[in-house]
Amino acid sequence: MLIPHPLLGLRDAAEFTYLGDAALIERPDWQGEGADEAFHDYVYLRDNPAGAHRELWFHEHGDRSWLVVTRDTRTHEILKVELASDVAFRREAGA
Amino acid sequence: MNRRGQGGRINRGQPLRFTFDGRSYQGYDGDTLASALLANGVRLMGRSFKYHRPRGVITAGSEEPNALVELRRGARREPNTRATQVELFDGLEARSQNRFPSLAFDALGVNDRLSSVLGAGFYYKTFMWPAAFWETVYEPLIRRAAGLGRLAEAPDPDCYDKGTLFCDLLVIGAGPAGLAAALTAGRAGARVILADEDFEMGGRLLAERLSLGDARAEEWRAATLEELRGLTNVRLKTRTTVVGAYDNGVYGALERVTDHLAAPHPDLPRQIFWKIRSKRALVCTGATERPIAFGNNDRPGVMLAGALRAYANRWAVAADRTVAVFTNNDDGHRTAMDLMGQGADVGAVVDVREDAPRLGDYPLFAGAQVVDTAGRLGLKSITLRRADGSTEVVPCGALGVAGGWNPALALTCHQGGRPVWRPEIATFVPGETLPERQLVAGAAAGVFSTHGAVSTGVAATVAALDGLGIRTTPPDLPRAEDAPVNIRPFWHTGEGRGRSWLDLQNDVTVKDVALAHQEGFRSVEHLKRYTTLGMATDQGKLANLGALAVMAELTGKSIPETGTTTFRPPYTPVPIAALAGRSRGREFRPTRLTPGHDWAEAQGAVFVEAGPWLRAQYFPREGETHWRQSVDREALAVRSSVGICDVSTLGKVDVQGRGAAEYLDLLYANGMERLPVGKCRYGLMLREDGIVLDDGTVARLAEAHFVVTTTTANAACVYRHMEFVRQCLRPDLDVQLMPVTDAWAQVAVAGPNARKLLQRIVDPVFDISNDAFPFMACAAIRVCGGTPARLFRISFSGELAYEIAVPACYGNSLMQVLMDVGTDYEVTPYGTEALGVLRIEKGHATASELNGQTSATHLGMARMVSANKDCIGGVLSRRPALSEKGGFRLIGLEAIGTAELAAGSHLFEDGAEKTPAHDEGWTTSACYSPHLGKSIALGFFERGDVRWGEVVEVANPIEGASVRARVVSPHFIDPKGERLRG
Repeated sequence: MLIPHPLLGLRDAAEFTYLGDAALIERPDWQGEGADEAFHDYVYLRDNPAGAHRELWFHEHGDRSWLVVTRDTRTHEILKVELASDVAFRREAGA
Repeated sequence: MNRRGQGGRINRGQPLRFTFDGRSYQGYDGDTLASALLANGVRLMGRSFKYHRPRGVITAGSEEPNALVELRRGARREPNTRATQVELFDGLEARSQNRFPSLAFDALGVNDRLSSVLGAGFYYKTFMWPAAFWETVYEPLIRRAAGLGRLAEAPDPDCYDKGTLFCDLLVIGAGPAGLAAALTAGRAGARVILADEDFEMGGRLLAERLSLGDARAEEWRAATLEELRGLTNVRLKTRTTVVGAYDNGVYGALERVTDHLAAPHPDLPRQIFWKIRSKRALVCTGATERPIAFGNNDRPGVMLAGALRAYANRWAVAADRTVAVFTNNDDGHRTAMDLMGQGADVGAVVDVREDAPRLGDYPLFAGAQVVDTAGRLGLKSITLRRADGSTEVVPCGALGVAGGWNPALALTCHQGGRPVWRPEIATFVPGETLPERQLVAGAAAGVFSTHGAVSTGVAATVAALDGLGIRTTPPDLPRAEDAPVNIRPFWHTGEGRGRSWLDLQNDVTVKDVALAHQEGFRSVEHLKRYTTLGMATDQGKLANLGALAVMAELTGKSIPETGTTTFRPPYTPVPIAALAGRSRGREFRPTRLTPGHDWAEAQGAVFVEAGPWLRAQYFPREGETHWRQSVDREALAVRSSVGICDVSTLGKVDVQGRGAAEYLDLLYANGMERLPVGKCRYGLMLREDGIVLDDGTVARLAEAHFVVTTTTANAACVYRHMEFVRQCLRPDLDVQLMPVTDAWAQVAVAGPNARKLLQRIVDPVFDISNDAFPFMACAAIRVCGGTPARLFRISFSGELAYEIAVPACYGNSLMQVLMDVGTDYEVTPYGTEALGVLRIEKGHATASELNGQTSATHLGMARMVSANKDCIGGVLSRRPALSEKGGFRLIGLEAIGTAELAAGSHLFEDGAEKTPAHDEGWTTSACYSPHLGKSIALGFFERGDVRWGEVVEVANPIEGASVRARVVSPHFIDPKGERLRG
């Protein structure tokens, strides 16, 4: 599998370490209401779609950036790649 | 001899000697082991897997199920090689397999007589009772009887390699389609790889007598190859089997570089596993002929008609002087014609079709079937049944069976594609869902004529290169035969006297499929598992479709409704050695050496693997005969004077930026934001689920500059986690991380004389007195007259201690300097064993305690998890199960008397029954404490924080061992911390 890195171009998947669902970027507010429940869901619950899946990959043998890769889990087609920090920034700006 | 005096693609000027089962034979350069054996009249080549039936070669290619032999000897002994693919070399040694005492007389042939009870599923039915017999009787028995070849018992002495290749177009298979494709792409200037599993390119052209254009096919083949060889943009790879199709146009291929030599060339790997990255791939893998099942269709001499033809045309070998053909299509007649042309006596052509064509002057039995054969160790005659029911026995030594051709489409299905049924040619062809950027041409696409192969090869190439923006000029296509496929699907002859074999490698018969059907195993995947059909080295390349057809017949469904099993890589077996390449033994992973390694080695240190690192375990001195003597001495020296230990393997991360403090405050469970400049703090890191992830120290060198340490084992994953927190959770903070583990050599200097020792190397301008540089101080300093260093006053041993870091290049010198300046203190280098003893005595947790199951509360550090700030893992660490009163707590254990405590033991109340119900905890680390003079341990114990003083049993119920120990504080030494502040 090849991952089109937003800064470095096509890179072999072997250079990356996989983490999982990009929902991990959406960490709940520790002081929010129902924080216990929110953190439980954040840590333990994942969607497992057959199709487009946003997931976190770490370019460990590269520039050490975290990427949000949108991958079709049925075909491994890569639909979109973004720097995770950009995604996280947008989330904060929207929040 | 069954070899003609002329013709064939063998070099008669180069005879080769070889042995089979100890007998010596002669073949020629260009032979395979199978062709050479057939030329010498050897038809019997192996015994079948289950019934030990005599078997001979049936194909001329990689699909061979029967002729599996063992090659070479000693460490190079290699089982289950296909005689049809083994290139002959001078001195080749081959042996038959799965027989005892000899191939001609096999004692286990008795299984054949017992076939009525050994049918499909007999394992599941027979070895059910008594249950206790499975491990003691049945399994050893089955293991001894099962399996084909014997593995070499010595390590493989040869070198294997892995590599990556890139191309615009990967052409898989160098038959007419592949050659035409490679030529088209090569002329257009595309980067082409043409791979073929054979040692000669040409595919079926090598096995046929055909014309292309005005010339013989051979001339076109030779001219094409010559042109391809002259093109620098084309890479020709013979002896290279493409075994799998993966994502993004990646293909796996095994190249057998030196298998055709008696011993590998010293400068070459024996085999290479290639990862080929293609922009486009064209599958030109041709087709595989399939057999027809009839009574006793497994005797040596019964072969596929196309194979019989290949041996005759390519190797000038007639499998026997008298041959017959059994066919359901026109192609079988071509075999008869070619064999007659080579001088063989064709005794019968048996065609199931009443309207069978006649191509030549041979006895034709139209509308007839072969129903039985005779000959114990080799075919002597066939029995055919005419349309009117009358039978006739025809003597012959070889029978060519032509059941039709199946496209070799495995590579088109490796990405989940399903083949589709084409009734007019009675076979499956590649479906529409091909792997990304893959195309198919020629027989692999169900286009069986030579003209069709060449023209589809060219057309597919034009389309593929068009997609890459490469313009092509299609070459003039030579005229070639373009015969249509005339076939009547015919799978087996029905009830007969002998068993009708479908899968020759796994000994599965038509009756076995019927049994599977009767017992409800009707889906193809169930059929496969129940009967073992289609398993083992050939993966049912010949057998699958026939069995499918039988099952379809029994269920009354069509073949496409019945379906196919899943095609998975590899297409043919790949040695594990090739997949491993050079990553074996010491080279399995890199070995990391610390910056002080050379110095330690010169001191005679004994090293231990710690993750990827080699670390000094202890430094034996003259007269010490047991490691404990060295370790006790080293540990005591630290407590009484001073010791030094290379701790460079600790993970180190530089954290800089205006937001660094706030970032670390989120990362660690305890507060870091208000850590003063020039101070260190112990840091506890949690996972988001509240379990402890790692620990280390955080040192603030400047307002916006921290350096943190991680445990050796977790260095990589903690850094990854740190980047996650930085990039994904707090991208707003101004903070940068840099892993600097390798940049600094770090040495622990521990013991009452540690400061005095350091004062001798620290440049005098830096005051490290207790007042100026107290416990937990840190600073960037200079040593030895200007060498930059970092000094941390931290203690893992519980003594007055420092860790001093210098640039990695000074690692060896730092150790040496510390030794040199401290001779009067008898500075003692200590290794990881003494380090472990010292930290257990002090009650410091390490990986054994932070094992991914323990929370801060379990470790007695609940108060460190600040409730007044956000931190990773903070919320869930307060879950009742992780923080409740009661539950496991870290404790110390002191052995009573001279007993030795062992890590991994379980804790029971004194006298309690050693059952899980009474299990109250376990030990995590244990050692002999030379300071206390007894065996001690750390462990987790139910409500351990309020049970100090109790006597427990430290037990190993598996070995029945149990010793008594007293529960104590985990801080065996200086619990108030006076030593380290001194």
